Amino acid sequence: MTILVTGATLADGSSTDILVRDGVIAELGRITQRADRVIDASGLIALPGLVDLHTHLREPGSEQSETVLSGSRAAAIGGFTAVFAMANTSPVADTAGVVEQVMSLGDAAGYVTVRPIGAVTVGLEGKQLSEIGAMAHSRAKVRVFSDDGQCVSDALLMRRALEYVSTFGGVIAQHAQEPRLTEGAQMNEGTLSGELGLAGWPAVAEEAIIARDVLLAQHVGARLHICHLSTAGAVDVVRWAKARGIDVTAEVTPHHLLLTEQLVSGYDSRFKVNPPLRRDEDVQAVRAGLADGTIDIVATDHAPHPVEAKEGEWEAAANGMVGLESALSVVHAAVVDSGQLDWNDVARVFSRTPAAIGRLAGYEHGIAVGSPASFTLYDPAASRVFDTTMLRGKGINSPYLSTTLPGRVIATVHRGVATVLDGELIAAETVAAETVAAAAAGAHRG
Amino acid sequence: MRHLLSTRDLTRDEAVAIMDVAEDMADVADREVRKLPALRNKTVVNLFFEDSTRTRISFEAAAKRLSADVINFSAKGSSVSKGESLKDTAQTLAAIGADAVVIRHGSSGAPRVLAGSGWIDAAVINAGDGTHEHPTQALLDAFTIRRRLHGSAARGRDLDGVRVVIVGDILHSRVARSNVWLLTTLGATVELVAPATLLPIGIENWPVTVSYDLDTTLAGGPDVVMMLRIQSERMHAAFFPTAREYSREWGLTDERFSGLRADSMVMHPGPMNRGLEISARAADSAQSTVLDQVANGVSIRMAVLYLALSGEQDNTATGTAPAHAHAESARTAAAQSEPSAHTEGR
Repeated sequence: MTILVTGATLADGSSTDILVRDGVIAELGRITQRADRVIDASGLIALPGLVDLHTHLREPGSEQSETVLSGSRAAAIGGFTAVFAMANTSPVADTAGVVEQVMSLGDAAGYVTVRPIGAVTVGLEGKQLSEIGAMAHSRAKVRVFSDDGQCVSDALLMRRALEYVSTFGGVIAQHAQEPRLTEGAQMNEGTLSGELGLAGWPAVAEEAIIARDVLLAQHVGARLHICHLSTAGAVDVVRWAKARGIDVTAEVTPHHLLLTEQLVSGYDSRFKVNPPLRRDEDVQAVRAGLADGTIDIVATDHAPHPVEAKEGEWEAAANGMVGLESALSVVHAAVVDSGQLDWNDVARVFSRTPAAIGRLAGYEHGIAVGSPASFTLYDPAASRVFDTTMLRGKGINSPYLSTTLPGRVIATVHRGVATVLDGELIAAETVAAETVAAAAAGAHRG
Repeated sequence: MRHLLSTRDLTRDEAVAIMDVAEDMADVADREVRKLPALRNKTVVNLFFEDSTRTRISFEAAAKRLSADVINFSAKGSSVSKGESLKDTAQTLAAIGADAVVIRHGSSGAPRVLAGSGWIDAAVINAGDGTHEHPTQALLDAFTIRRRLHGSAARGRDLDGVRVVIVGDILHSRVARSNVWLLTTLGATVELVAPATLLPIGIENWPVTVSYDLDTTLAGGPDVVMMLRIQSERMHAAFFPTAREYSREWGLTDERFSGLRADSMVMHPGPMNRGLEISARAADSAQSTVLDQVANGVSIRMAVLYLALSGEQDNTATGTAPAHAHAESARTAAAQSEPSAHTEGR
């Protein structure tokens, strides 16, 4: 199977054709060779396949919210070729069995590479380390461990986790939320929360945990990753830690790059998320942090919920937003249009670096001869009023419905298999079959 | 007026108009037959997700005096406590044919969600939502202050220059929030007094002054001292150490009460913790408006229900003209009602 992409613009602005053969980028430059499938990419930017270090695919246990297959489809239409699936499933991904199941479901779907994240503690309960070694040595080769949704708040347990995970070359991805400071918290704490009568989620509850954990990481010489950093103060703490040489990385979500707490004023629970939407000053700070490298990556925290979990009064509604389908457009709107990031930076923060943090091979060189053929073609000139017809996962809890977003993913190729063409998903059976065929060919070659 | 969700949304003229209609309603209360036919064939549902006998019976009395049919829906022990959603409850009430829903809910913003949901096409009256707002309480408080200050000449007036002190748990108080917005909109100045633990973050951006020291504030000679109820569970969450210390620092004790001007009003939204935030002497004094507040609550809630349900579906409710027209027609309704009301009475 060969795919020829003609006239694409690379992230650096240069123009090229891309020949894909046997799942690998075989040739770049002006290509005259014929191919099984030709994609006209004139006017489109070719980005290396996006890698999302933070998604909730909900399977096993909450298949009414999302499955590995439906989440993979949402990812592909958003330009992703790899996603990391958080451990807060039911049962929790705290054993080799669960992480291998999640990976197998992803492999079978074929739309994206699904890498499970293992729980740091048994049942996400923050009491006892889960079988980190077993998950690391399993077929899923887990390298990222997180209790996301819960903070590993016990300082001693966090220290041990950092040390133990480093044994296996892994990283702890911390959901930084001091639990006592955020009991019953509903939104960012500030003037607006006081007026709306919603219990506050203070910035200090995030910043205090990050400050503690960077010092712990320094003390034990371990690697630390901060999930969904959301405050100006947290940017300062991470900047300080990096200046001290501490091995810390941080992510920001698309929604924290674009949206502010003002949206909570109408009590519309689509805007309820954890950590909460913050002030405009925080949005400006995380943008600047992403631009200057303090924040390493963008990750969606894609969190689908069934309709009933988001209907009704604010306090009863679930936290979370879907984000895979809109992520690239939101980054485009928030930091590319503002001139803070160029497309090379986007490739770095949304593909190369998240893959490196997650120890996912194949993304080191981006779109380069010999690299796995995982890339996406993006039309930066497009503009669309975002609505539910553009969502491909099971959740419709998007904060962007009815807003105009720039850009659109036209095609996505995952390891040589087209998952999106002409702006629409390829059928699941086709993707699964081509993935099996590609794997067989690869095995034959090997 | 389509809904009453908050006092924050009210303009001065709208608030004055509601109070003027309430004056007319209060006149009715003084008559032999205290019932108006204004809301005959209208159904008012009191949808209470939290217990509040006082507020519920006040709304119930108000609706009944306007001849509305009243349904009391208490969430406790109902399908709601078995997990029924706000949506299903709202759609049920819509199917029953509710014209107005008076909602008390523990979650801030629930009335707003209900009003904007499309699940039910009824007028939504906020009877207290979480720690957000309690607009009819603030309206009855403002009405009480205006009546005490201006008596029968109160109509059309605001509270320009009136100095109000609100003391207590501002952080968790929907009464305080609604009063801050309404009283300042009406021209009053508001000072909040509380320990720092019971003041919300960002209070410096509210249109108020803030003090930690009740004695200094009272020495300034306020026109109104409004004491808020202290919930005993606050003590256990380290907002203050003991009831005794709270009372000593922020309670309206006999001593502090004695130092007030003889014409300073003492207000409390009830129910009171006598001996904690307010002494019995202060509560039972002639300066206390506590029972006036209860009586005025019925008048205010009559006015609100009347304005929300009286048939005119102009959803704007801005400016004085339509509001005054409402007041006029309410007075007319009051005048015309007497014979028929008598007939009904027999």
